[in-house]
Amino acid sequence: MSELVNVKINGLPIAVPKGTHIIEAARMLHIDIPHLCYHPDQTIKAHCRMCSVEVSGNSKLLAACSTQVWEGMEVWTETKKVYDAQIGILELILADHKTECLVCARNGCCDLQNLCRRFNLLKPELEDLSSKEPVTVTSAAIVHDPAKCVKCGRCVKACAEYQGVSALTYSRRSGDFKVSSAFDDPLETTDCVLCGQCSLICPVGAIVERDHTGEIWKALHNPNKHTIVQVAPSVRVALGDEFGLPEGAIVTGKMVSALKMMGFDKVFDTNFSADLTIMEEGSELLDRIKNGGKLPMITSCSPGWVNFAEKHHPAVLEHLSSAKSPQAMFGAVVKTYYAEKMGWDPKDIVSVSIMPCVAKKYEAQRPEMGRDGYQDVDIVLTTREFAKLIRYVGIHFDELPDAEFDSPLGIGSGAGAIFGATGGVMEAALRTAYEVYTGKTLPRLEFEPVRGEICDIREATIDLDGTEIKVAVSNGLKNADILMKQVEEGTSPYTFIEIMACPGGCIGGGGQPIGTSHEVRRKRIESLYKLDQSLPLRKSHENPEIKTVYEEFFGAPLSHKSHELLHTHYKARPKPYDFSNLK
Amino acid sequence: MAKTVSFISRNWDKYDPTSLASYESIGGFSALKRVLDGFDIVARLTEADVQGRGGAAYPMGKKWDQARAVKGEHKVNVCNADEGEPCTFKDRNIISHDPFQMLEGMIICGYTVGAQDGYIYLREEYKHLRPLLLSAIDQCEKAGYLGDNIQGKEGFNYRIHLYSGAGAYVCGEGTALVESIEGKSGRPRMKPPFMKQNGLFYLPTCVNNVESYSIVPGLVMDGEGFYKSQGTPECPGTKMVSVGGNVKHPGVFEVPFGVTIRDLIDLAGGVLDGHEIRLVQLGGASGKIATPDQLDTLYTYGDMRKADLTPIGSGAVLVIDDRTSVIDFLRMTQEFFCHESCGQCTPCREGNRHIKLILDRVAEGTHTETDMEKLKKYADIMTQASLCGLGTSAQSALLTALKKFPEAFAIKS
Repeated sequence: MSELVNVKINGLPIAVPKGTHIIEAARMLHIDIPHLCYHPDQTIKAHCRMCSVEVSGNSKLLAACSTQVWEGMEVWTETKKVYDAQIGILELILADHKTECLVCARNGCCDLQNLCRRFNLLKPELEDLSSKEPVTVTSAAIVHDPAKCVKCGRCVKACAEYQGVSALTYSRRSGDFKVSSAFDDPLETTDCVLCGQCSLICPVGAIVERDHTGEIWKALHNPNKHTIVQVAPSVRVALGDEFGLPEGAIVTGKMVSALKMMGFDKVFDTNFSADLTIMEEGSELLDRIKNGGKLPMITSCSPGWVNFAEKHHPAVLEHLSSAKSPQAMFGAVVKTYYAEKMGWDPKDIVSVSIMPCVAKKYEAQRPEMGRDGYQDVDIVLTTREFAKLIRYVGIHFDELPDAEFDSPLGIGSGAGAIFGATGGVMEAALRTAYEVYTGKTLPRLEFEPVRGEICDIREATIDLDGTEIKVAVSNGLKNADILMKQVEEGTSPYTFIEIMACPGGCIGGGGQPIGTSHEVRRKRIESLYKLDQSLPLRKSHENPEIKTVYEEFFGAPLSHKSHELLHTHYKARPKPYDFSNLK
Repeated sequence: MAKTVSFISRNWDKYDPTSLASYESIGGFSALKRVLDGFDIVARLTEADVQGRGGAAYPMGKKWDQARAVKGEHKVNVCNADEGEPCTFKDRNIISHDPFQMLEGMIICGYTVGAQDGYIYLREEYKHLRPLLLSAIDQCEKAGYLGDNIQGKEGFNYRIHLYSGAGAYVCGEGTALVESIEGKSGRPRMKPPFMKQNGLFYLPTCVNNVESYSIVPGLVMDGEGFYKSQGTPECPGTKMVSVGGNVKHPGVFEVPFGVTIRDLIDLAGGVLDGHEIRLVQLGGASGKIATPDQLDTLYTYGDMRKADLTPIGSGAVLVIDDRTSVIDFLRMTQEFFCHESCGQCTPCREGNRHIKLILDRVAEGTHTETDMEKLKKYADIMTQASLCGLGTSAQSALLTALKKFPEAFAIKS
């Protein structure tokens, strides 16, 4: 039990643990002190000064985010002095912000908009001094508008603290102070791996994903196209946030209904191809173990991680599983097996994926992910963009009845579902690897030791019926960096490593709903494990549709056809990173 | 005319500043030896009531006492030689005339607070002083005043490193200074953590100004209590001041506390013939301004504070005569802060820009009642809510001008 400190906020007494900041103590008293740069999942920046409050005995205002409470402290959050300062600071921020709110990607979910509403700011008080720098849209996945940036530094912290990438930093000073890449280079030519955590944490519309919703309507409005959509495992536990449902709500059925109402011809499940990934990747792992292949083997389904490996750790590329990601496998299956089955020309199929991820937009554009002049996945939407489509159609999402995925690519096991959480791919792979390797049935399906926390590294020793293997799981690229240095130095004690670029795995992906905090991430992880537990089918190799696709098309895992369609290769990317051949 | 004194500057022109032997010949480093023999410098600093000379006027005895109490295997002290406040150039003269006394002060501090490394952060514009300092450090190392087991004192290992700034004013602020030494952009850190616990390289750090260190050796050897006999009973001691602007002979002077502002101006020869004093800014660009009728204010911390003037600050005295209007002076100051704000916190980054625009309108005579309200409002916000001392003090001149020169802001109907 930590030491308690007695404070009063607006006269209300409260005892809080020593080390608590004023902003947190106030929250315990149900008071939300206005803030912009503060984020509970990040270290303190104290840049925006919106949270300036009065503390008795101090002639100056103190920042509530960075000031720890002390015994007997008296805080005042709504005096005239505080009001004048806070609204004045808000006016100053607004004058530095390009206010094109009606045509902004963050219209309706913007922290600055919310503050203006809270303070009832009815007109701009000051001259517009916002940056005249142009919007950068050259990147495959990310759009940066310096004129909207409020210099809060949340993106800088996310890039550095979760990811250890630091592609974004501060440059210049005074009125020219800004967030920028090194030497103002376009992001794709820097260390950026397109994870999109910056776009998730930005309080305004300064960093957003490239919007592809327009292409969806083009496809849906074209009667000559077969529109096929796949939805990633983690979307179903995050999408509800956009429509006021409880955080972590499982909305699979409503989500499928919405997609069908929008007019997609086929609504399929990425959980299916997650199972397919397990078949290939699990077989690859056993093959590497038995035949002396490169170990540790490392998962390759997180595209931010793959970009990171190619840019930052090219020496480990041979360790990456050659199995494509579930998104990419699904795309390949749709444009070959399924097209053949339906008698469709792959060119007439528009393959859409809904992903929790910004980097998936880049993955889909990789030349390896297509053949004969077409890409396996044509349009990638984030969860956020998907929610925009639902809003446009006017669907009352919360009222929707449940619908089922279409067949034959619509069944996913519980193992596929947990792909969305850190440790999930590892657990799914272990379920299959164990049973295939030993020929025995697992006495217990849960591998708790690999279930992780946000931004951690976990390791476990797994007993494959007498053969022990050491495995590691990490999320947040800062941790990947630690594990990869071991691999490079030859000191990695592991046989199999799962790496997810984003904090918490895909449920915390860069394309998830705005407001995705670590607390929310935990709820989503819990929901995915609940979902897994509720399903009758919990092992990838028992998925009947997976069995069928092997019987009818691929033959067996690691077959010639699998290698051609379901596996890929990686290459070291010299810096600057070249995305210039992308559309 | 007030008399100048020689305490901090007593060695000037008495020895060859390029030679350690020359410094030793006038008694140099006997203070260090006395401290190594057990002399309690913290008690002496406290008893003599010495205020730090960096601008914040933090009592030096208290600072060193706190630094000494902080636990840490590796501790450092820093000499702030950034001297960035406009019209402040006393440290330049101290270093060029008497570099060894400053180094001796640093070594005494290092011993006292238990530091192993000392860092001098030298203003970029003073790069001509680098060879002098590097040579002085080198000579001290060779003579055993720096290095391991200094002067035979077992376990007293201490070295001095010289760093140059890159020209940013804000790097005179302690936390920005250490960021700059660490190789980062010079932007202030939030406090807490405080420097005494987490400063340079996140080690316990004791930062003092060039002049502060230069007081120390003299004070150690000051058996007769000369220092304390100077100044006033409430504010004893002497102070290095730099007087500049529209005066006949700008220069650096050592004076006892308690002279008047007018005395300081007279030391510099007074204003040019045929001109009147418009205003005097004290303590640099972040200082408050005095009107001509405040010139008889005594130059002590207490008297200056009572007169709503910056209490000493950096020791700068900038004299502005009647050729410059109050508003043009403020615009120049504002231009300076618009250039020098680090930009990370909202009040300072944005406030400075808008205040500049309003002052431009005041100069044109096109400002409105609303402009005047905003001027006050945003200047107050900067003072109240900025992250570091730059932002909180940048509007000192404007806020005092609004009170003392209201006619300069009169709205033309």
